[in-house]
Amino acid sequence: MSNELNASSMADIAFLLLIFFLVTTTIVEDKGITVRLPPWSEEDPETQRLKSRNVFSVLVNAQNQLLVRGEPTDIRDLRERTKEFISNPLKREDLAEKPTMAIISLKNDRGTNYETYLQVYNELKAAYNELWDELSQRKYNVPYSDDLPTAWIKEIRGEIPMVLSEAEPTSFGEEN
Amino acid sequence: MSKFNKKRGKTTPAISTASLPDIIFMLLFFFMVVTTMRDAELKVQVRTPFATELTKLEEKSLVNYLYIGRPMQNFQAVYGTKPRLQLGDKFATVADIPLFLEQHKIKVPESRRGAITSSLRVDGTVTMGIVQDVKTQLRKSGQLKINYSAKKRPDMSR
Repeated sequence: MSNELNASSMADIAFLLLIFFLVTTTIVEDKGITVRLPPWSEEDPETQRLKSRNVFSVLVNAQNQLLVRGEPTDIRDLRERTKEFISNPLKREDLAEKPTMAIISLKNDRGTNYETYLQVYNELKAAYNELWDELSQRKYNVPYSDDLPTAWIKEIRGEIPMVLSEAEPTSFGEEN
Repeated sequence: MSKFNKKRGKTTPAISTASLPDIIFMLLFFFMVVTTMRDAELKVQVRTPFATELTKLEEKSLVNYLYIGRPMQNFQAVYGTKPRLQLGDKFATVADIPLFLEQHKIKVPESRRGAITSSLRVDGTVTMGIVQDVKTQLRKSGQLKINYSAKKRPDMSR
């Protein structure tokens, strides 16, 4: 007779627990587009006069169509146009004076599809991300990511700040 | 030389299963770590859209979830097919958001409360009206850090 503990049922117990966790597991992909909302204030925001060349207005209507600076645009061209507007490589008169003055204004309708809205937002964010990446490559020879030293990120973000203002949506379209 | 035929003729010993529990425990711990308990049963259909510029939500305890979508088939008789908000495990209205946020907030240590993120899990087919109402309510409640939940778009070539 040995005095060893019989451990053969240990595996069964562990199996039972394992199966329980297997069943209840959902490896959720907790990812998304992080946004910082502006604080709420009861007063009407003071109107600012902005030079129209510095404002990049994006309107999305209830039919999910885009109007960028007054002309209908396909969503596939939005990223390039945004990038061109912010960086203004050719120093054109009608695009932003410099990246720090560029303002993206996004306005949608209450009847706009959420999917379309998120895609538009995604494209605008992508434009900034690509510009940050280019700047980071030029300055530090590394791709832009959140893991860079804070000072570098500050430097990059200071040069090309992301200013995206969302206007109160219109309510022409039908909600469902 | 008896050195080489010592074990000849003996029955093969049973495979030792002593290390089996260890292996199973290893698996168990793996699943325990990656598991996130489904704390709320979904009552609305949520199929989040695809996007590319994603950030990962790091700390699960600092995240609260707001679901917006059409009620599931078995709830449609009562709640209709219009998009609804779900907080925790029940249907809610926009007015319930401040209480919901507060209930989550008290579980978080005071020093970490600034880092609380609201994850908006919104169905792609929903219109912006209800999303806008929720956003406005979040702003009024001072919950400004939000995350539009989305899936990684599979192909990179748009």
